[in-house]
Amino acid sequence: MDPHPFVFPNEGHLAWTVMVVLYPYITGIVAGTFLVSSLYYVFRLEVFKPVAQLALVTSFCFCAFATLPLLLHLHHPERAFQVMITPSTTSAIAGFGFIYNTYMLIVLTQIWLVFRPAIIQQATSRGIILGTLYRILALGVTNISDRAKAIDQWLIRALAVIGIPVACVLTGYVGFLFGAVKSNPWWSSSLMPVIFVASAIVSGFAVTLLLYQICCACRCVTHDVNCTRTLSRFLWATLAVAVSLEGLELLQLAYEAGGEWPVIQALLTEHLAFSFGTLQVLVGSLIPLVLLLLAFPRWVPTMCLSLSSCLASVLVLVQVFAMRWNVVIGGQLFSKSFRGFVEYEVPLYGREGGIAVGVILLLPLVLLWVTSMILPLWQDPTPAEN
Amino acid sequence: MTHKPNPSDCGCNGCGCEQTSELTESQFINSRRSFLARATTIALGSVSLTILAGAAGDDASPEAAEGETPEGDTPVYGFLVDTERCIGIGECLTACREENDVPEGNARTWIERYVHYKDGTVQVDRVPESGARGMDETPIDTKLVEKAYFVPKLCNQCDDAPCNQVCPTHASITSPEGIELVDPDICIGCAYCVQACPYGIRFINHDTGNADKCNWCYHRIKRDERPACVEACPTGARLFGRLDDPDSELRKRLAKVPTRVLKEHLGTHPKLHYIALPGEVI
Repeated sequence: MDPHPFVFPNEGHLAWTVMVVLYPYITGIVAGTFLVSSLYYVFRLEVFKPVAQLALVTSFCFCAFATLPLLLHLHHPERAFQVMITPSTTSAIAGFGFIYNTYMLIVLTQIWLVFRPAIIQQATSRGIILGTLYRILALGVTNISDRAKAIDQWLIRALAVIGIPVACVLTGYVGFLFGAVKSNPWWSSSLMPVIFVASAIVSGFAVTLLLYQICCACRCVTHDVNCTRTLSRFLWATLAVAVSLEGLELLQLAYEAGGEWPVIQALLTEHLAFSFGTLQVLVGSLIPLVLLLLAFPRWVPTMCLSLSSCLASVLVLVQVFAMRWNVVIGGQLFSKSFRGFVEYEVPLYGREGGIAVGVILLLPLVLLWVTSMILPLWQDPTPAEN
Repeated sequence: MTHKPNPSDCGCNGCGCEQTSELTESQFINSRRSFLARATTIALGSVSLTILAGAAGDDASPEAAEGETPEGDTPVYGFLVDTERCIGIGECLTACREENDVPEGNARTWIERYVHYKDGTVQVDRVPESGARGMDETPIDTKLVEKAYFVPKLCNQCDDAPCNQVCPTHASITSPEGIELVDPDICIGCAYCVQACPYGIRFINHDTGNADKCNWCYHRIKRDERPACVEACPTGARLFGRLDDPDSELRKRLAKVPTRVLKEHLGTHPKLHYIALPGEVI
């Protein structure tokens, strides 16, 4: 630590707060859950069929609120559409609106196609109010002949194929936002987008696994053990890859030991000791990696598998949030003078406070619950297919 | 998909009856085609409007319009700081704050003091605006000091400005004179430019919600006046002038003495140069 710390006068307040942590966290879940659903819709992995619809709708629900943290962060949220009205081709942020809208269009269309038969069925069997709602959702297309369903299935698969790179870009580009800031040695890395995509996939598996277990418990139905086990194994594998990438990036920084390394070392050991060392590495990475090993032997009791998977998923979601925190907040804690550090605490109240964070994280789950009331998440909407 | 569509399949919501489909084959195709056509028209229309509005937004940029000067007579400005002349009196800081209404807690320009102790340590701190009355903290025992100097900081007006590059809305613009400006009408306050500036110059002005920065007193130089900090400096440590005029004092000084720029390795190509700038200053 510098005996005479010094920070530039404009660095007293962090320019990017917890809302900018939340944004990549949510987009990661958006992309990750979509990729989980694509394992069924694209690669036809039947083992993921019980969670494919849940993952797809979860992706939409989180995507619907992905912009909220950004709007709360902007000092002029009323000008948010300026990003799309006068976009700068040289700015990474300017691409956000177009990428987000493209993804939203894909996921909405895919959901509509997946649930179209069920929507039309409800439109004819429900009363006036709900029937009208379903007729609106049907968008005037009422044909559900086998030929129409076959075309739908083809479109669903095509959209899922297109959606995979778009989802990766949606979350990877957030990593690019940070990786492209050459003035910040903690951010400036070409590995940053890759790391963001990897942890997004991890969060997608964790959210799907956790929601599946909770939903099964709430519905008093037995979960598909094979699905749970495979999700846990995939979670273990993707977590191992993500943690390795994160570790390798840090190792390279330490091994190169450039001029800024002493600052980064002090950042990790003093200012991010808890969020990095304890939360990201120990609690969020090592413990889940051990817990998820229970998914590999077949003799592990179902209840034990379920509990360990749920616990591991929660810890992994903590890890991903901690990783986002350490990148976004950590990169601002040291001065651009490299001679001092600033402190940051999340206020409880206010538009960038802790309560707002909790509400934003809760809203997608509320929307998911509402959606599950409207769309049959747990039924196969295309039973006629053979 | 292994299922082969059968034209005779029932279309009445899979009820299993023998009725014909609600739509005939041609109606079905027409329905889908018209739906896709309408959706495509709306999407293309939205994109076109966005592009047109974007082009209009570029032209409507108020500061860009203000910055336009007659062709062929556009001056290019530069700045030279002589650290050996700066005495840390802070007059420039007060002048800047008053001229530009800079909010408390932020600074468009500041002066760093570097104190080298005989034990090898270096103390860096910031000169207060009341620099003439001395530093706020406990006086330093001069017997322990090997050397000390002052370094004024202000916007580098980089030729390849990262702050300008990352702005998503064209709110960060470069004037024809090479000055980096902020359009207060379209800045969304995302603070990406604040992150991208390697020199810590930019900040979010909490009074306006916009990104704020030193612009070398652009409003003054448009009136052929010097920046407020240059006017206020009693020792001539801050020199402002035309880079494109071989007879300007700035060009003569730059040709005569070796100068350095801050964080040269980042490739931002600043127009702010320093005389006698030690390597430890970043």
